[in-house]
Amino acid sequence: MEFTLLGIGILTWLTFLPVVGMAIVLLLPKEGKDTIRWTSLAFTALQLVLAVVLVLRFDRTLAGINSEAGMQFVEKATWIDIQSVAWFGRVHIEYFLGVDGLSVAMVLLTALISFIATISSWSITKSLKGYFALLLLLDTGMMGVFVALDFFLFYVFWEVMLLPMYFLIGVWGGPRREYAAIKFFLYTLLGSVLMLLAMIALYFSTNVFIDPAGVMYSITEAAKSGVQGLEKIHTFNLIAMMDPGNMVPGSLLAGWGTTWRYLAYGALFIGFAIKIPLFPFHTWLPDAHVEAPTPISVILAGVLLKMGAYGMLRISFPVFPDAMRHFSWELALLGVISMVYGALVAMAQSDFKKLIAYSSVSHMGIVVLGMASMTTQGMMGAVFQMFNHGTITAMLFLIVGVIYDRAHTRGIDEFGGLMNKMPRYAAVMTIAFFAALGLPGLSGFISEALSLLGAFQTFRTLTIIGAVTIVLTAGYMLWVLQRVFLGSLPEKWQGLTDMNGRETFMLATLAVIVIFLGIYPSPMLDLMNVSMSSLAGILHQAGAPAMMGLQ
Amino acid sequence: MSSETLIHLSLAVLLLPLAGFVLMMFFGRKLPRQGDWLATGISTVALLISLVVLYQKLTVMPGQEAVLNFPWINMHNLPGIGPITIVLGVGLDNLAAIMMVVVMIISALVHWFSIGYMEGDVRYSRYFGYLGLFTFSMLTIVLSNNLFLLYAGWELVGICSYLLIGHWYEKKSASNAGIKAFITNRIGDFGFLLGMLIFFTTFHTFGLKEIFAGLQSGTLPYGSEGWMTAAGVLIFCGAVGKSAQFPLHVWLPDAMEGPTPVSALIHAATMVAAGVYLIARTFPLMTAEALLVIAYIGVITAFISATIAIAQNDIKKVLAYSTISQLGYMVMGLGVGAYTAGFFHLVTHAMFKAGLFLGSGSVIHAMHHALHEQHDHHTDAQDIRNMGGLRERMPVTFWTFLMFTLAISGVPLTSGFLSKDEILAGTLAFGGMTGHVVVPIVAFLVAGLTAFYMFRLVILTFLGKHQDAARFPMVHETRWVMTVPLIILAVLSFFAFYSVNPFNASSGWIAHAVQRPESVVPASLAAADRETFGEALHHEHGLAMVLSLLVAGIGILVAFATYYWKRISAEDIAHRFAPVHRLLLNKWGFDDLYNAAVIGGTIAFSRMLRWFDNMIIDGAVNGTGWLTRGTSFVSGKFDTIVVDGLVNLIAYLSGFAGLVFRKFQTGKVQTYIFFAVGSMLVLYFVFRMV
Repeated sequence: MEFTLLGIGILTWLTFLPVVGMAIVLLLPKEGKDTIRWTSLAFTALQLVLAVVLVLRFDRTLAGINSEAGMQFVEKATWIDIQSVAWFGRVHIEYFLGVDGLSVAMVLLTALISFIATISSWSITKSLKGYFALLLLLDTGMMGVFVALDFFLFYVFWEVMLLPMYFLIGVWGGPRREYAAIKFFLYTLLGSVLMLLAMIALYFSTNVFIDPAGVMYSITEAAKSGVQGLEKIHTFNLIAMMDPGNMVPGSLLAGWGTTWRYLAYGALFIGFAIKIPLFPFHTWLPDAHVEAPTPISVILAGVLLKMGAYGMLRISFPVFPDAMRHFSWELALLGVISMVYGALVAMAQSDFKKLIAYSSVSHMGIVVLGMASMTTQGMMGAVFQMFNHGTITAMLFLIVGVIYDRAHTRGIDEFGGLMNKMPRYAAVMTIAFFAALGLPGLSGFISEALSLLGAFQTFRTLTIIGAVTIVLTAGYMLWVLQRVFLGSLPEKWQGLTDMNGRETFMLATLAVIVIFLGIYPSPMLDLMNVSMSSLAGILHQAGAPAMMGLQ
Repeated sequence: MSSETLIHLSLAVLLLPLAGFVLMMFFGRKLPRQGDWLATGISTVALLISLVVLYQKLTVMPGQEAVLNFPWINMHNLPGIGPITIVLGVGLDNLAAIMMVVVMIISALVHWFSIGYMEGDVRYSRYFGYLGLFTFSMLTIVLSNNLFLLYAGWELVGICSYLLIGHWYEKKSASNAGIKAFITNRIGDFGFLLGMLIFFTTFHTFGLKEIFAGLQSGTLPYGSEGWMTAAGVLIFCGAVGKSAQFPLHVWLPDAMEGPTPVSALIHAATMVAAGVYLIARTFPLMTAEALLVIAYIGVITAFISATIAIAQNDIKKVLAYSTISQLGYMVMGLGVGAYTAGFFHLVTHAMFKAGLFLGSGSVIHAMHHALHEQHDHHTDAQDIRNMGGLRERMPVTFWTFLMFTLAISGVPLTSGFLSKDEILAGTLAFGGMTGHVVVPIVAFLVAGLTAFYMFRLVILTFLGKHQDAARFPMVHETRWVMTVPLIILAVLSFFAFYSVNPFNASSGWIAHAVQRPESVVPASLAAADRETFGEALHHEHGLAMVLSLLVAGIGILVAFATYYWKRISAEDIAHRFAPVHRLLLNKWGFDDLYNAAVIGGTIAFSRMLRWFDNMIIDGAVNGTGWLTRGTSFVSGKFDTIVVDGLVNLIAYLSGFAGLVFRKFQTGKVQTYIFFAVGSMLVLYFVFRMV
């Protein structure tokens, strides 16, 4: 399926619109604060419109994952082509974009959260120009990660994201912003380095044929087609990497279930686990969240945390189905630990933002458990949970932001009785908290239920332990609600005002999505169903018949 | 009326309160009278429709089930399973039709009553909105024909209960009670969820009919009898939470913090009975062992809470423990296999217990007003020790309250007598067939205790003399919106609505409409079948009736002797059995135990993990950072001192050497010759010595 505007593919538009916006923002005079804000908003709004169009035009019957034919809105061009670099051979890297059921939901989420975060950025006052330029650059990086189908390109976008995030926390953050920013940066960098190693190993282990026109053929295709004049090259093409037929015989990652493959999977795993963040790689998150300004927290929780899980589903699982199968129990275990541990640590927090940061650890644990189950239900639940966590946690951070802007404190115990003082605020907060604790009728319930359904089929005991979280989450969520909203209002907060129009708009938009998907989840689930079935199929076929007996 | 029309009408009954909720939340405060007429009107209309549906259901198509399924989540082609569709199905069988009417009667009457009771409340319109949401959620449970939707309704009634218990959230005790209710229920739901997961994993469906069919074809979860029983017990866990059964009963007495009409609707008649309804719905998949667990949980609950009720002085707390006890009765009834009786008791209990709560609400309302007029802000309006003699001032409330008390005590000509008698006969039959004689013994004991504590309540509240002569004349009967619902419920507590024969309900319409379904588990696992059990029950009926009349009579007599004629001194007994009395006052210590062990333990554990997270995990991260910085500092020093030092040293040394040797480079030939000869001489002597 193709879809272009002015001769340029929609995915390129989606990815690079914010950079265009950035360029314009940089050209604007520093004094025109509102012009800068509205320009940024216009570009993210346009991006959101395009994302919605993309979803509407998306063909739900195509799977994608490991088949290029199943990818939609594909854009492909030669990006880097160096004929021969000594022993390195010919380097041919493609600008290869495309979406399937896995990424399309994430594209929508990224556009939505970027839009909301831009509105939320209205309250930023310090060097606006730099802030919005970086925000837009970050947007491009995030979008690029979700649409790239070439590992090299993926890696570039992954790194592009890192720098703006570092500055957005380190310059516009709270008192300990530099510590938090460095911690975030180094932690992610460590993951990136490991990912780079795995990527290079994969590169040298994958062979494809290329004809003079630059068209790629997998090894099996080439044998069948009988085209002459083909050249054998290495590639970063992710889809090529998923085809075992392309493995270079005798190369490092050749074979099935070898130690080297497990090591490469492990390197990728750490890179992605840090981003999720999975226990025990999670401690950068509370610091980053506490110090980051509200819109950046929203982006961090709403989109960035999804990249780890997305990376696993997009790269680790289909490229290393053997290793994934081998370590699925361990993966599920880490997911369950994150769920329970995150919830318990959240319970003990007195800083509102820290509490939500730990609740993110807990909620993302559900994603990991659902993914690790290798069932369609579980993985659909996981991807849907990624989307829902994005919207719900964005709401939660916006909610903290609203109160922080007014009271300049995030101490949960300093509040009380806000329900009477800020009824509109209380209404959205109630919805967000109920969604976070998995109330039916709101979107989080469905994704959690599906994840557990899938997980229970594969890991019975682990799922039972993980399900304890439904009690713990209800506990700490309602406890916070009580401490902030119920009871009587302390004297010092008599002057607090309810949300203004801008704040109401952001939160109401997200609330409507949360309620709509809670009642009618099919529009979202249908997007990913076929793709997830296909991925489950890949994992099932991965050479072991004992799959169903895995307890 | 066709089955299609019936199910559509049921859907209307289901969705009307939801529409009411949405309207009230958005526009309630702007409407005249804050929209109480709208919410009340909607619930009344829904009640009328539900009555039509029930009548049509029982007359036109008594044996069929009307079903409507909406495919909701489609999952195509799951590897290894095939396609799965999660449906939001509603089904109307006799059980659902009766339950729907019960819910709507109580809901509508509570709406009417609330107009009087909640008058002038700060959150008047929101209160009515929540009532609508609750009614919708409760009807979702009732009409659902699959576990998924049922679970959704299950959680939603939980959150409504949370919201309404905490209606006066300025009070810390109210918001605490709301949280306690929700969390305790979630613990039960944890089990319910696992049960659901087991059945879904086995049969790939949530539909009850499909699960039953699968079981009937001989498939067991994981092919194991143990798992079959476990799955049943896990589903029952949900009922333990919702119906406040031991050991999760602790939330219900605290839930009395909510407005009294809410207690009547949610915490007496409908939501807490949902657990019983769930057991009835899933009855066919319960193995004999699972039913035994259910029966014993019911017995333990009924006994513990009846004993606690004796020692309570708060009018609502007495009723709360009585509710737990009666729910235990229903659970026990289903557990022993007296299916019809258990459900029948649910229906009759809903009427008289809602009546009791609304009656107590009427009393509290009147007491409040009197205290308010006296400017008395210290006296507890709910403590029965401050009451007495209210019969004269509040005749309607008194006579209706007496009617409900007679019903709950199992006095003939009331509805309670009919249903309780059936359960007792069931326990006798069960004891005779299985040898678990402790079940009928405790059941009869509890019947006596019930009669005792209920008449204690009536005597202390309405009879004798009022405690404060100055206040007495200020107590007034409440308005008609409050008394009319009481009268209606009192009328509905007569036997005649349920059976023509006042002594035996087995020929009544409920017994015809609601018959015990056949078990679907393999015969070797199932309890005694319907016919065998039915015969035994029929056989024990006469004995049960005589015994139940006897214990009820004794209970009532002892209550009068103690609190009216004062022949027995309650203080004396309390004094003589002080440890027992303390135990009862402390509610058997469950709250203390849970506070210390469960809540305290969880919080302590969470604090410990927070420390672990900060110190160990983040400590390791920071430690690694520190170590890296340390290493780089050391290697930096090594670089400047050792490596660079060595380089510098060599440079310095060669410089120094140059300095020294430069001295020799004088440029004079004589000097060179001198050094050359001198060196040769030195060398000569050196070699000589060697």
